[in-house]
Amino acid sequence: MSADADQRTIRCLVAKVGLDGHDRGAHVIARAFRDAGFEVIYSGLHRSPDEVVQAAVQEDVDVLGISILSGAHNTLVPKILEGLDEYDALDDTLVVVGGIIPEDDRPELKEAGVGGIFGPGASMEEAVEFVRENAPQRD
Amino acid sequence: MGDLIDDLLAGKHRALARAITKIENRSPGYRDLVSDLYQHTGDADVIGITGSPGAGKSTLVDKLAKTYRDEGLTVGVIAIDPSSPFTGGSVLGDRIRMASVSGDMDVFFRSMSARGSLGGLSTATADAVKALDAFGKDKVIVETVGAGQNEIDIVKTADTVAVLVPPGSGDDVQMLKAGILEIGDVFVVNKADLPGSDRTVMELREMIDTRNDYTQTAEHHDADAASEAAAVEAMARETDDEGWTPQVVETVAEDGTGVEGLIETLANHATYLEESGKGEERARQRYAEEIRTLLREDVNQLVAGELRSRGGIDEYVERVLDRETDPYAVADELVAPIEDCVEAERDG
Ligand code: B12
Ligand SMILES: Nc1nc2c(ncn2[C@@H]2O[C@H](COP(=O)(O)OP(=O)(O)OP(=O)(O)O)[C@@H](O)[C@H]2O)c(=O)[nH]1
Ligand SMILES: [Mg+2]
Repeated sequence: MSADADQRTIRCLVAKVGLDGHDRGAHVIARAFRDAGFEVIYSGLHRSPDEVVQAAVQEDVDVLGISILSGAHNTLVPKILEGLDEYDALDDTLVVVGGIIPEDDRPELKEAGVGGIFGPGASMEEAVEFVRENAPQRD
Repeated sequence: MGDLIDDLLAGKHRALARAITKIENRSPGYRDLVSDLYQHTGDADVIGITGSPGAGKSTLVDKLAKTYRDEGLTVGVIAIDPSSPFTGGSVLGDRIRMASVSGDMDVFFRSMSARGSLGGLSTATADAVKALDAFGKDKVIVETVGAGQNEIDIVKTADTVAVLVPPGSGDDVQMLKAGILEIGDVFVVNKADLPGSDRTVMELREMIDTRNDYTQTAEHHDADAASEAAAVEAMARETDDEGWTPQVVETVAEDGTGVEGLIETLANHATYLEESGKGEERARQRYAEEIRTLLREDVNQLVAGELRSRGGIDEYVERVLDRETDPYAVADELVAPIEDCVEAERDG
């Protein structure tokens, strides 16, 4: 009865967090993921870290994509990562961040558990490929 | 697997989420999972919400969830969105509307894509509802767009079905005749702030009256066809009408107007189901349908396996094209070994 067991679709939450109204990038990436055959849940604007965590946990996404152009990534992203950890969801969720993330801030975010960072001009193919390759393998 | 069940029953959100994923993906072991969940189910009220795209279903679900939460009840939501027939991908947009209950972990909201699982979507939904029920949710709401048989099958797995009808031209109500009118226990004229709402309410009431007349005459003809599954179902729904006339309620989901009234109507219907025994009757019907669906799927799988083991369908198609054989002969050939096994088993 395992014939359709490998029909697994990559599920992905694209989240906007905090007081950041820049949503073009989030829309672009959501569409690109959809066209790549992923299931995309878009959080909508102005979510708190807790709300993002709630959505990621309940939707059991393989990939959490956070889009931040406000400059608040150094506080918001770690909060989300901690929240995921509280629900034992950090280990098998691929977290990627996009938007305006200065080079200097990247090592620390990656250290904290971010899998990949995509800035302005990042190609969608690249992002899709990265997700395909790094989405967690679950049983 | 045992761990997952234990964690789910212990109230771990992550386990509930993972259980639903397994159900959705039909991961190995999902059947045992659902089997084990069953004994813990039966306590939740399951409410189906359907209606045309953009009717305000998600906005209303948000307000319903909020109102139930204010009463101290816990809520689970499954929202089903269509997926692209081309890429299989989709953007599941219902969650965006969950503004008033966002951040409240006691509302478990899950988006599901209508990805093509060979008519298995209603089974997957029903199973996901079981997971929420076993988890201990008091109210489980299923949202789906009311277009097509698939969606109607989904929403029929609910105890109470609310059909959203936006105010507008009479055409909208006319369109409802095609299937969706039959399943509504409650009709919600949402966006009652827009013009035309009174008229839509009136048209719905008229329609419900006509339907009652129609079903009363239809009853006499159906008696001898009772063995037909469809007829049994139709009759169960018809006899419902003796005790429950579908209600028409107006709401403005955006600001919550009328939601209390809708909740009351839903509660009345739940009471009616309980007291009249119709709830049990519907459950019986549902389980029969679940068993039939599973049987169909399992037998399909069995046949698909047999086909695979013989190198797939292409070879057969080629031979049919060349007039060496025909589809009937192929089907007979493939089913024969299965038939033999079944017969041997039955006799032995
Ligand atoms: C358009 C724009 C606006 C529009 C936004 C319209 C909208 N609805 O999105 C408006 C005019 C409203 C606006 C307002 C403001 N903006 Co503005 N804005 C821009 C601008 C010029 C372009 C952003 C954009 O849409 N790019 C196109 C999209 C497609 O690219 P993107 O978002 O970068 O996304 C790409 C990648 O980053 C990545 N990506 C993004 N998200 C994700 C997510 C995932 C999961 C992945 C994998 C990839 C990914 O993929 C995308 C495609 O390559 C940028 C400057 C710039 N060049 O980036 C400033 C900029 C972002 N804005 C800025 C600022 C300061 C503001 C304001 C505070 C005031 C102001 N000075 O204008 C307000 C605040 C608004 C608010 N409420 O948050 C600053 C931010 C500074 C910072 N972070 O340190 C920037 C960088 C300009 C600057 N150099 O100062 N802005
Ligand atoms: N005027 C008015 N607009 C409403 C009302 N309820 C919802 N809307 C709006 O209708 C639009 C669609 O609402 P949704 O709740 O997403 O509708 P839906 O039926 O879930 O849509 P799909 O899931 O896409 O089929 C949104 O812009 C809502 O703000 C209402 O009572 N009055
Ligand atoms: Mg919706």
